[in-house]
Amino acid sequence: MIAYLIRRLLYALPILLGVNLITFALFFMVNTPDDMARIHLGAKQTTAEMIQAWKAARGYDKPLFYNPAADGVAALTDTLFVQESLKLFTFDFGLSDSGRDIVADIRQRMGPSLALAVPTFLLGLWVNITLALAVVLFRYTAVDRMALVAAVVMMSISGLFYIIGGQVLFSKVLHWVPISGYQPGVEAWKFLILPVLIGVVSGIGSGLRWYRTLFLEEVNKDYVRTARAKGLSEWRTLGRHVLRNGLLPILTGVVVVIPTLFMGSLVMESFFGIPGLGSYTIEAIQGQDFAIVKAMVFLGAVLYIIGLLLTDIAYAWADPRVRFQ
Amino acid sequence: MSLVVLWTDALVWLLVVMLTLWSRVALRDRLVRERWQQVFASGMATASALVLLAYVSIALLDSLHFRLADGQVRSVLDLLFSHLLVQTERTYSAPFATIEYVKSVVQQNGTLQQVYQPLHHVRPDQFWPDVVWGLVTGLSVTGVLWLLRQRFSRFFANSIFARAPRRTFWFTLGLIVTMLSLMWWLSRDFHVFGTDKVGNDVLYQTLKSIRTGVLIGTLTTLLMLPLAVSLGVMAGYFKGWVDDLIQYLYTTLNSIPGVLLIAAAVLVMQGMLETNPHWFGSVEERADLRLLFLTLILGLTSWTGLARLLRAEALKLSQVEYVTAARALGAGHGRILLRHIVPNVMHLVLIAVVLDFSALVLAEAILSYVGVGVDPTMNSWGNMINAARLEMAREPVVWWSLTAAFIFMSIVVLAANLLSDRIQQVFNPRN
Repeated sequence: MIAYLIRRLLYALPILLGVNLITFALFFMVNTPDDMARIHLGAKQTTAEMIQAWKAARGYDKPLFYNPAADGVAALTDTLFVQESLKLFTFDFGLSDSGRDIVADIRQRMGPSLALAVPTFLLGLWVNITLALAVVLFRYTAVDRMALVAAVVMMSISGLFYIIGGQVLFSKVLHWVPISGYQPGVEAWKFLILPVLIGVVSGIGSGLRWYRTLFLEEVNKDYVRTARAKGLSEWRTLGRHVLRNGLLPILTGVVVVIPTLFMGSLVMESFFGIPGLGSYTIEAIQGQDFAIVKAMVFLGAVLYIIGLLLTDIAYAWADPRVRFQ
Repeated sequence: MSLVVLWTDALVWLLVVMLTLWSRVALRDRLVRERWQQVFASGMATASALVLLAYVSIALLDSLHFRLADGQVRSVLDLLFSHLLVQTERTYSAPFATIEYVKSVVQQNGTLQQVYQPLHHVRPDQFWPDVVWGLVTGLSVTGVLWLLRQRFSRFFANSIFARAPRRTFWFTLGLIVTMLSLMWWLSRDFHVFGTDKVGNDVLYQTLKSIRTGVLIGTLTTLLMLPLAVSLGVMAGYFKGWVDDLIQYLYTTLNSIPGVLLIAAAVLVMQGMLETNPHWFGSVEERADLRLLFLTLILGLTSWTGLARLLRAEALKLSQVEYVTAARALGAGHGRILLRHIVPNVMHLVLIAVVLDFSALVLAEAILSYVGVGVDPTMNSWGNMINAARLEMAREPVVWWSLTAAFIFMSIVVLAANLLSDRIQQVFNPRN
C-alpha cells in the first residue's frame, strides 16, 4: 500500500506541472506582463518607464524560459517560469500584485472559510442521506413521486435566489440574524447559521436525487430481501443494511470534495461578507490580481489531487475486496 | 436597413441548420424515431419540449440583427417589442403601477412637496381591453393551428410527437402562445415587470436575457462536443499511450477548480479585448465577441466530464462481439470508430447535452455575479440578479427585477431538467 501511495504521489507531480503550465501560459504568455501592468496602471498616461518600474517591482521583468543575461544554472532558474510558477511547488506564493503576503493572507482567512464550509458539508450530508432514506422507505408511492418533483424544482432554482431570498426573509423581514458580516470566536455562529442553512437547502434537490438512486440500487439486492425475510422491519432494514452498503459509493463520491472545502465558497462568502478564502479569490478576480489567482489555482489543484488520493484510501478501507495494485 | 451578422448569430444559425440536417438523417432510422416518440409519449416531456422550443424561438428571433437607418443595431425581437424601447420612465416603478416607486420633490402651489410622480407610458384604462385582445389573439392563433392539425396529420404521424398526449400538447401550446400574446398586449400600456433604476422596462431585459442564456447553453455544447467525443472515444478505443495522454489532459484540467479556471481564462480574455480595440466596431460587437469567447472558454473547460464517460463506454464497446467481428473482417480503426463505436455512445452525448444546457444557464448567473461572465452591458439573468442585489437592500425593497429573472430562468432550467430526466429514462439501456 505504501508503494502504491508513493506511486500515486509521483503521478501527482506531472499533473501539478501541467496545471502550472496552463496558468503560466494564460498569465504570462497569452497576456504579457506588459498588458498586466497596463491594466493595473490604467490605460491613460502610462509611459514605458512606468510599466518597466511596475514589472521590476514585482519581478515580472525576467524572460519567460531562458535568461541569457545570467550565468550557468541561473540562466534557467532566473526566469519567469521558475520564479513565478515552479516556486509555487514550495508553497512560497510570494507577494500579491498589490504587495501583500499571500501565505499570510491565506492563513488568516482559512478559519472563517472552514467555519462556513465544514458545517455546511456535514449538515448537508446528513440531511440529504436522511431524506433519501425516508423517500426510499416510501419508494414508488405518491410520496416518492412528490419528493422527486420537489427535488427537480429545487435544483432548477439558481443558488443565487436561495441566498437573496434567505437574506431578505430572515434578515430584512424577520430580523433574526444579521444580513452579513463576520466576527471571529464564539459569536461567529450568528453570522454563520443563515449561510449554512441556505447552503444545505440549496443542495437538497440534487443530493436527494443522487442518494435516492444509490439506495434504490441497494434495496433490490438479495441480502436486503433476506433481511426482510428474517422479519426485520422496513426501517431497520434500511438503517442497518441498505444504509451501510450504500455508504460505500457515498464515501467515494464525497471524500474527493473534503480537501477542497478549504477553498471556501466563492458566492456564499461574498454574499454574506465572510472574510474567507472564497471572498479572497473573488476580490482577486475582480481586482485582476493575477498573483493571488495563480496561487489559488495551484492550491485548488493540490487539494483536488489530495482528494483523489483520499478517495483511493477510503475505498480500500471501506471495502476489503479492493486491494491496491 | 441592412442585415448585420454577429459572430454568435452566425454560429447559432449554423447550429440550427446542423441540428435540422442531423435530425432528418437520424430520424430516418425507424428505431431512433420510435425511441424519440417514446420520449415524448410522456406529457411532462412534451410540455417541457414545447417550453424549450418557445425559449429557443425567442432566442432565434433575437439572433437576426439589422442595422436601421439611424445606425442602431436591432434584432427582430427588438422590432416586435419596439414600444418597450421607447416607453422608458425616469426611475423605478412597480409592475402595473401608475406612479413612480419613490417620491420626488416638486413645486406645487409655491411650496415644495414630496409626491409620487405619474408614469409617462401607462394607460390604466387599457387594462381590460389589453387582456381581452391578448386572450383573443392567443386563443385564435392556437385555434387556427388546431384547425390546421388535419393538414399536419402526416407530420404528426411520423414526427417525434406521434405518441404525445394530444391534450397536453395543445394545452401547453395554447398556454405558451396566450401568455406571450398577453404579455405583448399588456406591455404596450403597462410595465408588466416594472422598470429598473433608470426607467428601462424589465420585461424587455428579461426577454433579451433569453438569448444570452440559450446561446451560452447551446453554443458551449456545440464547441465542446467535438473535443469530448473524439478524445473520449479515442482514449477508450486505442488504450495505451493515447489513453494515458488523454487521461492526463483531463485530470489536469479537472484538478483546477472550475470557476477559477474560467475566471483566469476570462481575465486573460478581458485583457486581450482591452489591448485590441480594433477587433470590434461597436459596443454590441464587443459584447458579442465577449460572449463568443466565454462560450469558447466554457467549452474548453467543460469537455472533461463527458469525455470521461465516453472513455469508459468506448472501453466496454471495444470488446463487444460486433466490434471484434468488424475488426476480423478487416475494418480499419476509422471505420470501426465512426460506424460502430460513436453511434453507440450517442445516447450518452444526448443526455449530457440536455443536462449541460441547464447547468450552463445556471453557471452564467454565477459567473456574471463573480464578474467573469458576459459583458456588463449585455442583458442577462446573471447581470439582472447582480443588479437586484443592491435593490434588495433598498427600503422599500425593489423586488421585480429579481422576480422576472427568477421566473424566466427557473422555467427554462426546469424544462431542460425534466426533459433530460425523460431522455435518460428512455435512452439509458440500464433501465
